[in-house]
Order: sequence, then structure tokens, then C-alpha cells
Amino acid sequence: MQDPIKSGLAAGWKHVDASTLSRGQTVDADVVVIGTGAGGGVTADILSDAGLRVVLVEEGPLRSSSDFRMREADAYPELYQESASRKTADKAINIYQGRCVGGSTTVNWTSSFRTPPEVFDFWQRQFGLRQLSADAMSSWFAVMEHKLWMRRWETPPNANNKVLAVGGEKLGIPIGSIRRNVKGCWNLGYCGMGCPTNAKQSMLLTTIPAALNRGATLYTRLRAERLRFAGSRVTALDCVALQADGIHPSGKRVQVRARHFVAAGGAIGSPALLLRSGVPDPHRLLGKRTFLHPVVISSALMPDRVDAYAGAPQTIYTDHFLHQAAIDGPLGFKLEVPPLHPVLFSTTLQGFGEAHARLMREFTRVNSVLALLRDGFHPESRGGEVRLDSNGLPVLDYPLGDVIWEGARRALLAMAEIQFAAGARWVFPVHETAPGYPSWAEAKKGIAELPLKPLLCRVVSAHVMGGCGMADTPQRGVADHRGRHFWLANLSIHDGSLFPTSLGVNPQLSIYGLVARNASLLAAELCGRPVPQIP
Amino acid sequence: MIVSRRQFLKTGLAGSVLLALSGWLNAAGARSLSDGEREMLAALANAILEGALPPEGERRHRLLALTVDGIASAVAGLSLAAQKEVGELFGLLVLAPGRLMLAGVGKPWREASVAEVSDFLQSWRSSRLSLLQTAYAALHDLTFAAWYGRSDTWDAIDYPGPPRGYF
Repeated sequence: MQDPIKSGLAAGWKHVDASTLSRGQTVDADVVVIGTGAGGGVTADILSDAGLRVVLVEEGPLRSSSDFRMREADAYPELYQESASRKTADKAINIYQGRCVGGSTTVNWTSSFRTPPEVFDFWQRQFGLRQLSADAMSSWFAVMEHKLWMRRWETPPNANNKVLAVGGEKLGIPIGSIRRNVKGCWNLGYCGMGCPTNAKQSMLLTTIPAALNRGATLYTRLRAERLRFAGSRVTALDCVALQADGIHPSGKRVQVRARHFVAAGGAIGSPALLLRSGVPDPHRLLGKRTFLHPVVISSALMPDRVDAYAGAPQTIYTDHFLHQAAIDGPLGFKLEVPPLHPVLFSTTLQGFGEAHARLMREFTRVNSVLALLRDGFHPESRGGEVRLDSNGLPVLDYPLGDVIWEGARRALLAMAEIQFAAGARWVFPVHETAPGYPSWAEAKKGIAELPLKPLLCRVVSAHVMGGCGMADTPQRGVADHRGRHFWLANLSIHDGSLFPTSLGVNPQLSIYGLVARNASLLAAELCGRPVPQIP
Repeated sequence: MIVSRRQFLKTGLAGSVLLALSGWLNAAGARSLSDGEREMLAALANAILEGALPPEGERRHRLLALTVDGIASAVAGLSLAAQKEVGELFGLLVLAPGRLMLAGVGKPWREASVAEVSDFLQSWRSSRLSLLQTAYAALHDLTFAAWYGRSDTWDAIDYPGPPRGYF
């Protein structure tokens, strides 16, 4: 298997692993892009294509297909924030976020959805974002869908996803198939550990190589510490190099000076960088309204083998439960099917000792369904807040209130009913005191009475959004519809932290489309060219 | 990850005295696991992995030692803040007063039975103190990650491992 990253490096790409620096550096660029995930990748591609000198700053390592060995014990520490065990302040929510070149796009499960029209409508009404609508954005989504091979997935779903398809069909719940950003996918099922066959069209394989081919410089193991600014202009970015472990600072520093600065460190990293930098925030909005699509999980023992580790991970979904009430009513949820691997499953599974071991012995017969709760629309669903700890590192405080738990209970019920309809012998919500249920009747009764509280009911998240929300005025947002910071003229925010609510869909394409638009507007401005003609 | 100082103060005087002790214990800075911590973690894993481990004997001991190694490397991959909190938890549990007062285990870890350790884990799991619930969750996650991250545990759950021979 050819490794295009290794080939690019051999051909002379400018990559600096900051853990190997023997002394500090000062670097000049037209634009520095902080972060190499969905937002940073697209930005670097478009700005370098406009002829601008781009420097990319990434806290994680550069890893590629020859490193991706499909083993959890290697992949989680190497490719994820905090070894995939990042948590909210009260430790009630586990957050899965990539930390490597490509960010979460290197390890995501490839689900590709456009931002739903009703979400744009809500943003127009509540945040004055009249420039953004499903119509106005459709060309940008189409561009990115084409570029990243986001297509219908024609291969039949694996047995794990089939549970949702069959159960939904039995109950008359409309089921859809998920578009995936893959090219020549081998249907292995290890997307979450980095694609070993270079099929996933992540930033690692698309936009970042394109930028590097045009002479952009990529720094890895380099943590963006603070923006320096004078008046209303940012002048430099101060960075600290990390050791090869990716955790301890090495003591070396890098300063990047540039005409323009793009924060694309994700919805925890970007607000944290701006908070550390002390950028103007007169309305105290920075880091607020951080959303997670809190996820609850229902597992089932099926009569036959499911082998949920094998085959494309997330291919079937239903939005039926997003449409049962008004968007700002009781929380709706999207149902999808996660892959199961031994570490992911065993650490998420409740209990210990013989009870845990007994369920682990049934590993190959287990199906799990997950519900992504659409937070940020209901007036009482205000999300969480990113703060800084005593070391200046981010902490996300996300209180799980009644509005979330009410939705979680409906979600656990809906998932159990679907799993039984698909033939499950036993269904167990991922919850410390749920005993598991042998029939829908018993599950219905049991789940209705289940105490839903932090640390009792397992909640996870792979979608962090918000914290630098967009709006029409600085009274209700950190940035405008172009991602331009309201107070610092040469600072843009190009990542999921811009979203003023959650999305109700997996976020990668929403970020790609919005950032493609905003990076194109920025490139035109920085180069003194007319703005692109796409509406 | 587990124990913030502020939360600890909320648990009262006993908590803060123990914290002071464990802070003193951890003053040495970044470190590998002490013998006492290895013994404690092996005793915990011995209960957490009951049903997955082979019966009492030399093989069980060897696998427990491997699991403790796995826990050590998992902890090393956490953020510095989380490593500090885990260090405080481990530091408390190896002290006899911490073991007695927080875990309710009256004998040294190496002598504690599976049943005794399981009772303590269950009491933390169902505790009303979120501090103890999160400590349980951390021990649960670290131990199972260390165990099922190793390929020699996969036969028992019929997991064939990642596809081989394609590349």
C-alpha cells in the first residue's frame, strides 16, 4: 500500500516536527492556520491556491496509512485528544476528538450530511445570519461533496447497521443511508483508527497535501499558546513545542508573524486560544454555548453474529425523531450505529467482574445504536462553557439538565423498541443501574423508571460545536457570518466553534461548506481580487 | 480526570487530610508507579477482571502484572491535569488510612479478596458522592482499556483482530 504522505515528505514537503527543534524559531507567513482538521485543512487549501504563503500549526503528530495498524491501543493515544478519554469538567461526558494532522477527519466514521435547512432558518431567526441559508450554501456543499467523494454508499450495510434498518422498517420508521467520503473503500470497519487503505478522503489525504504541494509549511507537535495583538490587529502567534510524547512542553518556542490569523483548533481549542490570548470579549460570549450532541447508547444481544467491528461503521440513520416536535421544542435526536471494538466497547460497557465478562463473551453478537441529541435550540438547552484551568488548558463545563435527560429517556426507549423489532434477545441501555431487558414490554417499563443522572447514564460526544458563535452583531456573537472576529480585524475563526447551535447531523460537511465559502471570501480580500461568483 | 481539589474539600476534613498526605506523596513529580501502587492496582484489576482472568495461579499473576503495565501506559497518555488527578487517587488508595476510610478495605491490598475489593468498587460505583463515582469510572476504564487493548485477550471474546495479510 503506497503511503502518499511518506511520498510527499520524500518529495520535499515542508514539515517541521517541533518536538525535534533544538532552538526556538520566528517564522513569517501571509496567513497562519491554527489546526489542521476540517476547518484548517480547507482553509490551507484555498489560501495556498490563491498564492498566499501559509503556515499550518498542529498540536498532534503527522501520522499516515503506514502507521494506521487498526489497533486501538496504538490509535487512541496517537490520534485522539487525551487518548480518547477527554472529559467534561464533571467527568460525566467522554469526548472523542482527533488530535493529529487532519484532526477529527482522520479518525471520523465518514458520515456526510449537509447542514439541515431548518437549522439555517433557526440561525436566521435567532442570530440574524441572513446570508446563510440552504440555498445560498448549496453550491459550497456541492463543491466539497465533489472534492471529497461524498457519495451514496452502495455496499449493503453490515449486520450492525442492518439492525437499525430492519427494526425501523418493522415499526414504519423511515430509514436513510448515509453518504460517505470514501474512494475505493475496502469496507474494513476501522475508520476510527485512521484509514489504512487511504480510502477515506480526510483532510490528511486531500486539502493538506494540496497545500503542501504548493509550498505551505506544516508544523506538528506545536501548541498554539497565545495571539499577540496591538489595537485591533493580531501581530503574532506564540507557540510552544511539545516533546515527542505530545504532552509535555519541550521548552522550545516558535513565533509566527503573519498578515492574517485563522483559528481552526475545533470548538474546544479555538475558544481556549482566544481566552488565553485575552482578546476583546465585552459581551462575555467567548467559550459560551458549546454544544456536544450528547449521545446515549443502547446495546442489544442479537440471535446471530453481528461482528460490529467489521464493515463500514456508520451507514444507516433515521431522522424520524428529529421531526416529532418544533426545532426548539423537546430535544429531537438522530439515530446512528457505531462500530464496536474491544476497548471502545469494554470501557463503555457498565459493570465489572463476572457480569461484565459475561457480556464481553457475547461481543460478536452485540449491536449498539446511538442517539445524538440535538442541543442548543430549546431555550433551556444552552450547552456548556469552555474555561481555562490553572495551566491555561481548556476545561469544558457542560451541565446535563432536565431537558437533556427528558430527550435521553425518549431516545433510550426508541432505540430499545427498534432493537427488539429487529429481533434482539436482550437490550441493555448503557447505564450503571440498568439491568437489561428480555422484551420490549419490560424495557418500556424499566427505562421509564430508570434514574437518569450524570455518571449513572453513560453520555459521550464526538461532535463539539460552538463557543465562538456567529451572529449579525457583537452583542450576540463572537464572529460574523464570514467567521471574522468582531473585534480583531485580521482574525478569522474557521471551524465548528462558529456554529451558534448544534446541527442535528454529523458536522464534517457543515464545516467544510462554511469554511470553503469563508476561506474563498478571505482569499479574495487578501489578494485584492473579486469575490467568488458562487452565491 | 478524577479528583479535583475543590471537590475533595467538599468531602470534608478526612478528605483534606488525606489529600495533604497524597500531595506530599506526589511531590516527587512525574514518576512511574510505585510498588505500593502496582500492588493496589493488581488487587483492583483482580476483581474488575474476574471472569476474564484465568483461575488463581501463576498465569493470573503474570496477566495482572501485564495489566498494571497497561494501566501505567494509559495514564501516561492522559493530559497532565488528568495524570495529576489519577496520581492523587492512586496516592490515596495506597495509604492505609485512605484504603480504610475511602475504600473500606481493612487489610493490605495484596491480602484483599476478590469479594472484598468488589464490595468496595460497587460502593464507589453506587456512591452518592460524584467524587467516588468518577474514581470508580476511571479505574473501570483504565483497567478494561489495559486488558482489551492486548491481542491475547481477544480469543475469549471471539474477536479475530484486525484484518491481516492485505497490506
